Amino acid sequence: MLDNLLPVDPEIAARIEALDLEFNKFGVDPYGIDKHDLARFVSAFALLYRYYFKVDVYGLDNVPSRGRAVLVGNHSGGVAIDGAMVMGSMLLDAEPPRLPHAMLDKFIHHFPGASQFMSRTGQFTGNPDQAKRLLEAGRLILAFPEGARGTAKLAKDSDSLVEFGTGFMRLALETDSPIVPFGFVGGGEALPTIANLKRLGRLLGVPYVPITKWIFLIPKPTRFQLLYGRPMRFEGSGHEPDEVVHAMVDQVKERIRNLVGQGRALREGTISEEDLVL
Amino acid sequence: MKVLVTGIAGKLGRLTARKLIDAGHQVIGIDRRAWPDSPEGLELYQVDIRKRPAEDVFRTHRPDAAIHMATVTHLVHRSPDRMRVNLYGTRAFIHHCHNYGVKQAIFVGRHTYYGAAADSPLYHTEDEPPMSAHTFPELADLVAADLYAASALWRYPEIATCVLRMVYTLGPSKHGTLAAFLEGPTVPLIMGFDPLFHFMHEQDAAKAIVTALTHKLHGIFNVSGPTPVPLSTIVRAAGRRPLPIPAVLFKAGLGRLGLPNLPAGALDHLRYPIVVDSDAFRRATGYRHDYDERETINAFRTAD
Repeated sequence: MLDNLLPVDPEIAARIEALDLEFNKFGVDPYGIDKHDLARFVSAFALLYRYYFKVDVYGLDNVPSRGRAVLVGNHSGGVAIDGAMVMGSMLLDAEPPRLPHAMLDKFIHHFPGASQFMSRTGQFTGNPDQAKRLLEAGRLILAFPEGARGTAKLAKDSDSLVEFGTGFMRLALETDSPIVPFGFVGGGEALPTIANLKRLGRLLGVPYVPITKWIFLIPKPTRFQLLYGRPMRFEGSGHEPDEVVHAMVDQVKERIRNLVGQGRALREGTISEEDLVL
Repeated sequence: MKVLVTGIAGKLGRLTARKLIDAGHQVIGIDRRAWPDSPEGLELYQVDIRKRPAEDVFRTHRPDAAIHMATVTHLVHRSPDRMRVNLYGTRAFIHHCHNYGVKQAIFVGRHTYYGAAADSPLYHTEDEPPMSAHTFPELADLVAADLYAASALWRYPEIATCVLRMVYTLGPSKHGTLAAFLEGPTVPLIMGFDPLFHFMHEQDAAKAIVTALTHKLHGIFNVSGPTPVPLSTIVRAAGRRPLPIPAVLFKAGLGRLGLPNLPAGALDHLRYPIVVDSDAFRRATGYRHDYDERETINAFRTAD
């Protein structure tokens, strides 16, 4: 029950009904996703996704239309606009639509409102047990292995990659899930951060407070490029020593770096859609 | 089978006793409280599980099985007695089972054992440690009683011991933690939070206890009914009006201004979910619940 004032777009309500989820008599799935709240929220979000921003999505077919998979990509742009756009592409562009479960930083569920909203839309604190259970139930997991280090990139570094965590890889190995790498370009333009206030962040209970070129945390209307690469499969149990897992993570990181590079070239018009190798 | 039930005069105890009698078992009850219109054929002893007369009941009757429900779970009950009832009562129960040849012991515990936190996963499995004891000291005795009961699994391997961690119950009796919370026409919630609540019909809970008995379960099992529902949805479906209150005001006003008299640690239970995975129990027993989420809430609401 997020906000009864938000109108529901019938086309979007139909897309929510088409999700591969089991809703009970109250319209709630076993993980607390409320189809009414989701339809209301996605209806409002669709306006932002389609008109305020514009997302050029490539390689959507690389995301399995059913069953488990881990979407893994790069972070940029102060706050997780990239995550929201990935959600948008899966809910509004993919056929059939899918609802990814993002693995959130722990601080988010401490905030009133944010906690309620995330709970009703299936966005949980990144917890390996939770992620494993969701994958085993055939769900789609969205992971940004750079974590808060990734969103903290300043505008000038927005296409670079910082250190990747290995949790997503161990999870994929353990549940035998394909990894779909993606590259996202434009986050640094939408929210060009020039500084991150860490001390103020600590006071507020967040990792940092990003300061943009225009001070406020309001993204400007931006066209984004989102490129989904071919699924990658790795063999293993998930309990391999760190160096083995790091080598696998590096392969994914390389693919993401390549996708971000192609996205940047598309954005700058140096290549066209036909030149893409996803 | 001769079955001894402690805490039999409680809501769940009464329902379980009736089901046991209906199934043809001989039922002996122990409770400090009276049960005036108890069913025929039930032998009731109004004694304290921790006291000598309770031991005499075990000694004279030599039950085949025993079910321990004599734990104080009401959060508003904060006397030092609570800790003693829950821990010494559980110890006495297990000792008597061991000393008087009980072959099967069932401890009825709570799913709140797992605790509620921002980062706890949905669907706890039985192997997870309790995470609530530090944020919610008022629950520590129930957690300790649960772990103590489970120690009988290795301490007395000759007894088929079973620890059940049951979700909240709801139903026409209007008793229990969740029912008490939903008592008034307006139910205060914490603004900006709406946790999933896991609950089952009280008849289904009693049925699960009897099922555990007939299957001679051995081990620790979560027990749940339908999938969980957001608290605000439960409040509305129960015909109540939700009133979201900012956490700071809620905490300051506990026990006053019509707000429930809950310990501060309980607030996390109004913020974050405790949801359990009961697959192991269903696999071991073939248990199925009879009441879905809506029927359960309706049974509570229409009992007004």
